[in-house]
Amino acid sequence: MPVVKRLALTLTTLCLTAKTALAAGGGGEYIVIVADTRKLTGLMAWWANLYNESHLYFTLLTVVLIPVIGVIFGVLADYIMHFIGIDLSSRDLAEH
Amino acid sequence: MDWLFVLMPIAGVKIFWPGLIILGIGVGVIGGFFGMGGAWMVTPGLNILGFPMAFAIGTDIAHMAGKSLISTMRHGKFGNVDYKLGMIMLIGTVVGFEIGAQMIMFLERMGIVGPVVRWMYLVLLALIAWMVFADVAKKRRKEREAIAAGKEVDKLSTGIEWHKTLHKIKIPPMVTLHTAGITCTAWLPIMVSFFTGWLAGILGIGGGLIRMPALIYLIGCPTHVAVGTDLFEVMISGLYGAASYTFKGRTELVAAIIMLIGAAMGAQVGSVATKYIKGYGIRIAFGLAVVGCFISVLLKLIPNYIPGLYAICDAIATVLILGLVAAMSIYITVKMVQGAAKEVAMKKGKV
Repeated sequence: MPVVKRLALTLTTLCLTAKTALAAGGGGEYIVIVADTRKLTGLMAWWANLYNESHLYFTLLTVVLIPVIGVIFGVLADYIMHFIGIDLSSRDLAEH
Repeated sequence: MDWLFVLMPIAGVKIFWPGLIILGIGVGVIGGFFGMGGAWMVTPGLNILGFPMAFAIGTDIAHMAGKSLISTMRHGKFGNVDYKLGMIMLIGTVVGFEIGAQMIMFLERMGIVGPVVRWMYLVLLALIAWMVFADVAKKRRKEREAIAAGKEVDKLSTGIEWHKTLHKIKIPPMVTLHTAGITCTAWLPIMVSFFTGWLAGILGIGGGLIRMPALIYLIGCPTHVAVGTDLFEVMISGLYGAASYTFKGRTELVAAIIMLIGAAMGAQVGSVATKYIKGYGIRIAFGLAVVGCFISVLLKLIPNYIPGLYAICDAIATVLILGLVAAMSIYITVKMVQGAAKEVAMKKGKV
């Protein structure tokens, strides 16, 4: 068997063994999950495609979106509480 | 009734979205009130709603980060967040958590992790519950003694006062934490956060359940400041956790956003409720939550020794956790509404 062929076979075996080992163990961390986009349309389809194409962009957008949505909801609730008449600037109780 | 279900784009399952909102409200109320993420309550809830386990933890952490941000904003306005203390503790928490996580991976390779961790968790929960109720009992005894001696009851008195002994350590650098009203060696919050972070890393939990009592009993924070500062820590660790889980493809943001709608309302209610409930009221409710968590972990351990009881133990644990979440959320909401109504009535009376 030529050296190149033997090398290619060894490398393929190593890669497959590593992948099998990772899939079997490691708490499931390395299982590849692919989103099924066939039933999705519009924004949902775009979001699922982004997940399939790049976990990095998906992560960056998630990490940005969570605090932004949190702040929007927080400010909105502030407005509602202020409208009801609850004092949000101080707390009278002072004890342990 | 199809409109009540939404297709999750990543997990590919249809979920009853009002259930996500209700779950969000429940954990939002409890999280905002106690200063914890509440992963132990959310995961069974998500499971019941039909969420695949692979996505439950990541989705929970993602919504936790947003929820804690809302609660921190609110507690910050009340002056309940000691940002300096939070930043100092972050160092110890991160280092401790990483060491704990590495240790658990080492134990995992040795194959001795599983039940050992759960038993450790049980012992810790029992210790926290004992600490809280011993503290409450001691404070009440002090009050009874003061009344019997004809003295005025000191509103600022506390039961367990371990922090006073720890404040006697004067190793430089010393720090003054104005919001918490403490002057101590910087090593105290660093070491306490290292220890709580290490425990959280070993147990695979967020750590709010451990950090909140540690802030009270070891560092000496008033209860409200402990809640607010803990939420600040949960917010940062939640964002880090969300990034980590999302990168592994384990976060369903659509579900997290739906939960966040409920959690935003719940977190406000929980945080504002701390305005009307005294510090020791929060401690007692926290102690009850810890007891609930203790029983649910115990129920998960029993089938390891009696396999035939798995189904019944699992069902009881789920009912118990969801029942506890519902009961506590209702109690906190009622207290918040009563307090707010009183405040609004007083304001109207002044005008």
